[in-house]
Amino acid sequence: MRLPEIVGTAVGNTFRSKLRTLLTVLAIFVGAFTLTLTNGLGVGITSYIDAQVASLGGEDLMSVAKAATVEASGFGSDEGPREYDPEKSFFTAGAGLQFEALSAADVRTIEAIEGIARVEPVRVVAPDYVHHEGGTKYELLISPAPSGLDLDLAAGRTYTEAGVVEVAGYDEPLGELLLPSSYVEPLGFASPADAVGAVVTIGLSDPFGNQHEVHAHVSGVLRTSLFGDGAIVSSALRDAMFEAQTRGLPPIVTDVYQGASVRLEPGTTAADVERIKAELREHDMAGITLQDQLGAINSVINGLVWVLNGFAIIALIAAGFGIINTLLMSVQERTREIGLMKAMGMGAGRIFALFSAEAVFIGFLGSAIGSLLAIVAGNLISDVLARGPLSDLEGLRVMAFDPLQVLLVILLVMVLAFLAGTLPAAKAARQDPIEALRYE
Amino acid sequence: MNAQPRNILEARDLVKSYGTGEARFDALRGVSLEIGSGEAVAIVGKSGSGKSTLMHLLALLDSPTSGTVLVDGQDSRALTTTQTNQLRNEAYGFVFQQFFMIPSATVLENVMLPLKIKGVPPRERRERAMELLRLVELDDKAGNRGTNLSGGQKQRMVIARALANRPRVIFADEPTGNLDSATGEVIEDLLFGLNREHGITLVIVTHDEELAQRCDRRVYLKDGLIVDERGEPLGVPA
Repeated sequence: MRLPEIVGTAVGNTFRSKLRTLLTVLAIFVGAFTLTLTNGLGVGITSYIDAQVASLGGEDLMSVAKAATVEASGFGSDEGPREYDPEKSFFTAGAGLQFEALSAADVRTIEAIEGIARVEPVRVVAPDYVHHEGGTKYELLISPAPSGLDLDLAAGRTYTEAGVVEVAGYDEPLGELLLPSSYVEPLGFASPADAVGAVVTIGLSDPFGNQHEVHAHVSGVLRTSLFGDGAIVSSALRDAMFEAQTRGLPPIVTDVYQGASVRLEPGTTAADVERIKAELREHDMAGITLQDQLGAINSVINGLVWVLNGFAIIALIAAGFGIINTLLMSVQERTREIGLMKAMGMGAGRIFALFSAEAVFIGFLGSAIGSLLAIVAGNLISDVLARGPLSDLEGLRVMAFDPLQVLLVILLVMVLAFLAGTLPAAKAARQDPIEALRYE
Repeated sequence: MNAQPRNILEARDLVKSYGTGEARFDALRGVSLEIGSGEAVAIVGKSGSGKSTLMHLLALLDSPTSGTVLVDGQDSRALTTTQTNQLRNEAYGFVFQQFFMIPSATVLENVMLPLKIKGVPPRERRERAMELLRLVELDDKAGNRGTNLSGGQKQRMVIARALANRPRVIFADEPTGNLDSATGEVIEDLLFGLNREHGITLVIVTHDEELAQRCDRRVYLKDGLIVDERGEPLGVPA
């Protein structure tokens, strides 16, 4: 008997005892359904985070700060406490918040490292408020996002290369601002599109308690993101704001940076990243890539998904015993038939293949139906959640399905079914035709 | 018995024992037999005489404790499992008292089974099976389930199945045992017709003396040994 024939016969045999097959398929269905759904959850959340990451920075971005600052935020070496060095420059951003700052010399050091395309020093700006044409004042947070990102916008466009635009009625070009969508209504705009092109006023205080106002042009409106509700400003606007915030201070205090955002040269490998990090360490600085920052989040999510997958796999193993049971009954019932086929010259290997194929087909049926319904159910759940409880997180689909992963689940179940089928199939293959055909 | 055609089957000193020690049972105690091509041989004996065991050994369904079976003069012990399977599939046909068919399959599917095992393409095997069903006059029942046939029809279906791969030997184990005498006669005529017209060797295991008398030759078995018609042990050959 040829292989396609064996498969065809096995499929036909599966439907001989419909109720029994149905029940076994149902058990596998439950496992495959759960496994596909939990995998979908992993894919959905991970891909949402990936999309959010794009809104924070690309793969070729590294943020650099003094080693102590980075270590304080939880990304550091375990070298123990550092000795006090009175020569170190510190930067104060508001009352009591102190960073070990990067100096202009540090920035030049970073620029000299091989593999670094561009360095963009980051200054902390802390505006007091924002208002639109004298309306209510609201607090405003500025995201430390570096330039050149692929941002998720609800309306408008990202800021220009120069970071400033000419606006009628203002002598100087105005710095560009990307407003979070949550500010649209409070500031008196009808819609995100309505806000685009407007001029808002940002208030900042210098260390002497004087308030200064900076005008900004709203170039675009940001979608709500997992990473908070901050506005993004062009570096030109950031510089203008920083100038207002530090007016009257000597350059020795203002020529320092909280950190620097570094763009790596295209084609940078993981080994290059390690080398750059090592060189930075030599200069008492530390670099963190986005991967480092997201590694933590991703490993938590992956851990959760694997716990859930574990439950699904337990269900599948239970279903595997169902397959063993079903096929053992089948072998028992078909003793005569197996004996007859062996008498007629069917080899033991073929008999084994016949029953294995039946097991694999049962596995395929259960997992294909399970995965298909899981995709339908997952999409329904995602829709309901996206419209209801999770509507604040725009673009989040709780469950997303990667075709390759779904295929892998189906294959996994088929392999499991094959393993379960080996015991009954071997029993069938071993059968003695004379014993089987004895009639007394 | 001289001037026989070439021996298609030859048993040499076959011994078959089951169990060991106290529980040891000798089904065959040294049986030698020659079956010529185109012969119709009856193996006759009571229940427990060892006649079924002998047939199983001749059909290579089982291996003897000692002794050997020659097929076309070739020692069957030298055959690989695959060769043995192929031999049973292509050169042998089986007809059983209890028919042994796949109950859920149609008559046509049952007849096609040996062809399917051989690997004959679907169209060709359908044509061959229909041809055989016409031969046994069951072509109008091709789509029926095997279980819905009468006893005689079932046995005709089984004969059609046995003929599927144009066998050279048909082993029939009490082929009429489950049939009334009129139906049994139809089956007998069919088998002997095949023997006469197509030269198919018949090895018929039976305890029915009438059926045995229609064969060219009868081999009587008693307690695992070949005896003469009266049940007396054979004398030392002259």
